[in-house]
Amino acid sequence: MSTRVKHFSSNRTRILSSRALLLPGLFIALILLMACLLWSITLGAADITPQVVYDSLFHFDETIFDHLIIQTVRLPRVLAGVIVGAALAVAGAIMQGLTRNPLADSGILGINAGAAFAVVLVAYLLGSASLTAYSVAALIGAGLAAGFVYGIGAISGGASPLRLTLAGVILTAFVSSLTTAILIQDQETLERIRFWTAGALAGRDFAIIAQTAPLIAVGMVGAMLISRQITTISLGEDVAKGLGQNTLMIKITAGVLVVLLSGGAVALAGPIGFVGLVIPHIARFFVGVDYRWVIPYSAVIGAILVTLADMAARIALRPLEVPVGVMMALVGAPFFIYLARWKVKR
Amino acid sequence: MAERRLHRTWIAVRPRRVPFSFKLDRRVPLMAALLLFFTFIVLIMSINHGAYHMTPLDVVQTLTGTLPADHPDYRNFVLVVHTFRLPRILVAFLVGAALAVSGAIMQAITRNPLAEPGILGVTAGAGLAAVILIVWLHEVSLTILPLVAFVGAILTAAVVYFLAWKQGSASPVRLILIGVAIASILGSITTFSLVFGQINDVQQAYVWLTGSVYGRNWDHVRALVLWMSVLMPLAFFGARSLNALNLGDEIATGFGVRVERQRALLLVISVGLTAAAVTVAGTIGFVGLIAPHITRRLVGPAHEGMLPITALVGGALLVLADLIGRWVIAPSELPIGIITALIGAPYFLFLLVRYRK
Repeated sequence: MSTRVKHFSSNRTRILSSRALLLPGLFIALILLMACLLWSITLGAADITPQVVYDSLFHFDETIFDHLIIQTVRLPRVLAGVIVGAALAVAGAIMQGLTRNPLADSGILGINAGAAFAVVLVAYLLGSASLTAYSVAALIGAGLAAGFVYGIGAISGGASPLRLTLAGVILTAFVSSLTTAILIQDQETLERIRFWTAGALAGRDFAIIAQTAPLIAVGMVGAMLISRQITTISLGEDVAKGLGQNTLMIKITAGVLVVLLSGGAVALAGPIGFVGLVIPHIARFFVGVDYRWVIPYSAVIGAILVTLADMAARIALRPLEVPVGVMMALVGAPFFIYLARWKVKR
Repeated sequence: MAERRLHRTWIAVRPRRVPFSFKLDRRVPLMAALLLFFTFIVLIMSINHGAYHMTPLDVVQTLTGTLPADHPDYRNFVLVVHTFRLPRILVAFLVGAALAVSGAIMQAITRNPLAEPGILGVTAGAGLAAVILIVWLHEVSLTILPLVAFVGAILTAAVVYFLAWKQGSASPVRLILIGVAIASILGSITTFSLVFGQINDVQQAYVWLTGSVYGRNWDHVRALVLWMSVLMPLAFFGARSLNALNLGDEIATGFGVRVERQRALLLVISVGLTAAAVTVAGTIGFVGLIAPHITRRLVGPAHEGMLPITALVGGALLVLADLIGRWVIAPSELPIGIITALIGAPYFLFLLVRYRK
């Protein structure tokens, strides 16, 4: 299988060519994110001006209806979007660096499907279970799926993009047929869970955010801590070993981080694909291959993208709301095709 | 010594009048006989299983038409066997055969042991078309559904092939990757439809998506036989090209195979077989993935012998899976696609361990 990846981790030209530009760039991205968030909050059935948003955040008055809408409906929703986008993007960046595979993404590799299955299983077995149960289930599901895909990588020695993709496809096929097995037996679970299985941000409240945010926070911090090692591994495992790195240890740590990030994201918003695929490419386009910068940039750009996708999802078919997971697939899959056509050399 | 062994492993078939010859692995006839025998046993067991009680002897007699006409349950036996149980089991067998051959072709063309018949987005296309029909138009008749699903399948495969085409060639790697991407777009639109449909429609759509042979009748058997009687011989005639393509484009060109043309032709055959299968029985996974592997272990990789045998293996697998699906949670039944996933996934794991490099 002679699938090689063209220039994938070579130090090619980047937009922010000077190191001095990297930090200001990140700030500009953050400001952009804030603007998107504000815009997203004003958008909805009730027209709310940015001024009101500002007031509700800093001079909250519970007698004003708009303030209540913002605090209980719109704010949790956009926050969930930010967290999910950042988490999935960073998980994708780690996976792409680690496997040296430009097509790595928790959706394509079946990790999201694994987490989704675990949640459906718990919903089926325990009825309306607690939020904690869902989060734990999503983590375990993501962990098992990631372990499986990594296992394939390890067994087949040097996992090519093709092999990993196929393994992900087959894993997804297996897991989703199990999910279906449950959903066709039990209409009640289907009714409760089906919107969630499409990947959606609607109706997320602070309780579930509080439940999953710590996991994702740990994942983020961990990712930053091992970002140097990821850069080294992304240059080649031989290089990393030559530099005296304990690659096995790094791989295991990174695997745990991916599980925390994508498991947490799935618990929060259901399986959303392609964020982890697209964002790291955009981030590398700006900052090159240094993962100390790729990871924070991925987080911010991922948050922006999911926020925008969520806004588009709310507007596109009003009053029907498109799940954000569907929206991401419509954006992300063409990008995947672009990569497959031009970046993967056969 | 080595030469003698080589000589003895093959049976050459050279008809006098026809300008066509091929050679089969020596194990092929024996395996074919064994598989047919096995399928027959499972078939009898499968017909025998159900709410209406019959003995295996009754089944055999009803099937062969030797049941005495004055038998007290004559009418019931004939009704149960010929109207209810036999057609669905035949559908299972034919679908299994079609998917297995399709998978074998796909694995040879892409030179990838993990390829499966749905890899070009065929099943996703059929699935989306079917779900739109069921959920948005509330149309679940088993006559229109297959037609629409078939169109969806073929269109999707065409789009994937078109997108993978670059500089005069559709490379296998691009075919697979773009197939995955297109499948995921279609899959997410499918999910979207499932989210907003009425709950009963949605459940029905889920059953179709997993693959089921429930309630299939003689019309479906006829449709499958029609398609397969055209495509299966074509696949067999392509066996030699498959052997060459399996070695890589350069070597195949060296053998005198017109690579792009043969590949496109074989893809059409494979897509046609899968489309015919999924339109009748929904998206049944894993058969097309594992049947070719089982077959290679039985009769080796040469496609002249391998294609017919893999058809038998796939058919036998699905008849067995159907029986298991009706048996585990009787009187209710599990869709056949879930059983194949449960059997197929562990075998797939085994394959991964075996095929490490």
